[in-house]
Amino acid sequence: MSERVLVLGATSGIAEATCRVWAKQGASLVLVGRSSDKLGAVAADLRARGAKFVETAVADLDDTARHPQLLADSINALGGLDVAYLAHGIMGEQQQSEEDFNAAAQVLYTNFLSPVSLCTWLSNYFVKQGRGVLAVISSVAGERGRKSNYVYGSSKAGLTAFLDGLRNRVDRQGVTVLTIKPGPVKTAMTMGIKGSEKFADPDKVAQSIVDAIHARKDVLYVPGIWKIIMFVIRHIPESVFKKLNL
Amino acid sequence: MATAAGSPQRTLSVPDQSDDQMTGKPPFEPWGRYPKYNANVVPLQWQSDFPAIVSRYGGMHNGALAVGMGRSYGDVCLLKDGNLMVTTGMNRILGWDPETGILTAEAGMTLAQILDFCVPRGYFLPVTPGTKYVTLGGAIANDIHGKNHHVAGTFGCHVPEFELVRSDGTHLRCSATENPDWYAATIGGLGLTGVITWAKLKMKPIVSRKIDYEGIQFHGVDEFLALTEASKHVEYTVSWIDCSSTGKNFARGVFMQGDHTRNPGELKPSPEPKLIFPFEAPGFMLNSASVAAFNTVFFHKQMKKRVTALQDYEPFFYPLDKVLKWNRMYGASGLLQFQYAIPWEHAREGTIAILNEVAKSGLASFLAVLKAFGDVPSPGLLSFPQPGITLALDFPIKPGKSFPLFDRLAKMTLEFGGKLYPAKDARMTAAQYQKSYPEWQQFRRYKDPLLSSSFWERVTREE
Repeated sequence: MSERVLVLGATSGIAEATCRVWAKQGASLVLVGRSSDKLGAVAADLRARGAKFVETAVADLDDTARHPQLLADSINALGGLDVAYLAHGIMGEQQQSEEDFNAAAQVLYTNFLSPVSLCTWLSNYFVKQGRGVLAVISSVAGERGRKSNYVYGSSKAGLTAFLDGLRNRVDRQGVTVLTIKPGPVKTAMTMGIKGSEKFADPDKVAQSIVDAIHARKDVLYVPGIWKIIMFVIRHIPESVFKKLNL
Repeated sequence: MATAAGSPQRTLSVPDQSDDQMTGKPPFEPWGRYPKYNANVVPLQWQSDFPAIVSRYGGMHNGALAVGMGRSYGDVCLLKDGNLMVTTGMNRILGWDPETGILTAEAGMTLAQILDFCVPRGYFLPVTPGTKYVTLGGAIANDIHGKNHHVAGTFGCHVPEFELVRSDGTHLRCSATENPDWYAATIGGLGLTGVITWAKLKMKPIVSRKIDYEGIQFHGVDEFLALTEASKHVEYTVSWIDCSSTGKNFARGVFMQGDHTRNPGELKPSPEPKLIFPFEAPGFMLNSASVAAFNTVFFHKQMKKRVTALQDYEPFFYPLDKVLKWNRMYGASGLLQFQYAIPWEHAREGTIAILNEVAKSGLASFLAVLKAFGDVPSPGLLSFPQPGITLALDFPIKPGKSFPLFDRLAKMTLEFGGKLYPAKDARMTAAQYQKSYPEWQQFRRYKDPLLSSSFWERVTREE
């Protein structure tokens, strides 16, 4: 049977690559994003690649008041829901966030509060139907705050902790919560950066995400090497860590 | 005058620190790794960003150039101190017609991605070069050719329509009947007429991944020509030729031919390449002895005069794609490609003379490929292929050795009425280019004033 997937933040590089894997498998998709032009381009491509059904919805996911209606409409369009995939988020400018709380608050709102709102509604929906997968993109940056991006990192740390607790609550009720922690990925955002040719290929990252969803995994580091790297980084004593330039 | 007619005056080369700066980024290098220039890399991702993004970056720094995978060997994919607008994020399918096999796709889709989509649906590329890691837009801009040039012509022959966006904001749909002059200028137009945003490609039906392959040993250019004549109805023909041997082994080679098999078989997608050339080889690894050994092994790998096999299309078309980043074999200084096309009138004598010159030089060339071009005309104004013989060689870059050899070979090519392939060039002079591509004068009218390449600046310089 065709999988029914709701994708929030569908025009990001990783999300689009993941949607292509689903499209190839003949899934049905509702794509949510801010730009109708971009959503239209992604949707047309997914239809050509074999998606059974693709619908788009334009929404600013910071508008949490709209979430219940948006989610209910999307599920209606799909005729049910098997997987919800949360891929939206912003990097923010660390320096700007250091100088201006409002900039930091924006990062926390988009990367933490908005997903919390979506996950709350979606997890309750899945609990009611007794099954479902909530796959959420967090980040390795949430494992330990670093001076170069601790505002972004703390938004993802909050999200990771929220997902841990949510999993602890709903897993026994048949709902899978997958926390996805990607390392640096070769996308438009990272193009031209020194060393970016060594970043992960988004198509491979996407395949790992779909595989992890099918395997009902709890946590996915992608590429896998980041599990080891972050293990080491988490275990550096604070007295040393505070002096590092990471 | 510093650049081509029609170019506006350029202000520049001081990058604006506050904007998209070029500092702190690695220089952009082509596949041959020579030359390398600093440039600002800008991703092109969305059709809805056009046309504004072209005029925006075209008007900054030293202008702009759209590039795909950067697989051309020299400076056609470079723009020193300019903006390189990388199209690979623009790789969506816009339409697919399973009846006609016409694919409509964004220009940054690679031939590898096209194969992944089309092979399971029973279609193959109408023309393919020796690597699948090039984009649709790059294939049009360089009007690339493949092993079936003698029957299928160039890539551009299979592109019925595309869209071109100019820095003045115009969107031009181009085909043989709509804006035909822009269609002709853009096919083989080296990305200089505007940015190709999407294109249609007419795919070829297949029933299996397999190729009916035949390899035949030959000695000398005349045997090569006889085999070419005998196989002129076979879809794919190409020869590997040993350029390092002299005497009785002079111009020995293997004539390789194949066709898509007519026996239905599996149409599954290709597996991912696993090998990656792990490091930059030190310069001494490639020398005349190692190349001679390689060439002898290659020649005798085929034990018999004639070998037939049913072969997967991957090793048949893309033997080097198996090793990602194989250009590292040539070390950090890179490699120099040399590819000519000499018309039939002087093709035989020209090829013998040039092969002699290469063998005499003792400079290593691993990958020497010889092929006869056919007479299917290309729709492109500046396209490289023409009826006759083409030979492609590469040399490691060795100061004082490979450049003088290259310059001698380029001079000989022109004396035999031939021309060099811009996609593989980093060396020919402005005078050589202008003599062998007289259409460049006509082409200049179609060049976008805000787009350029280091190649174009080099070959249109007045001397």
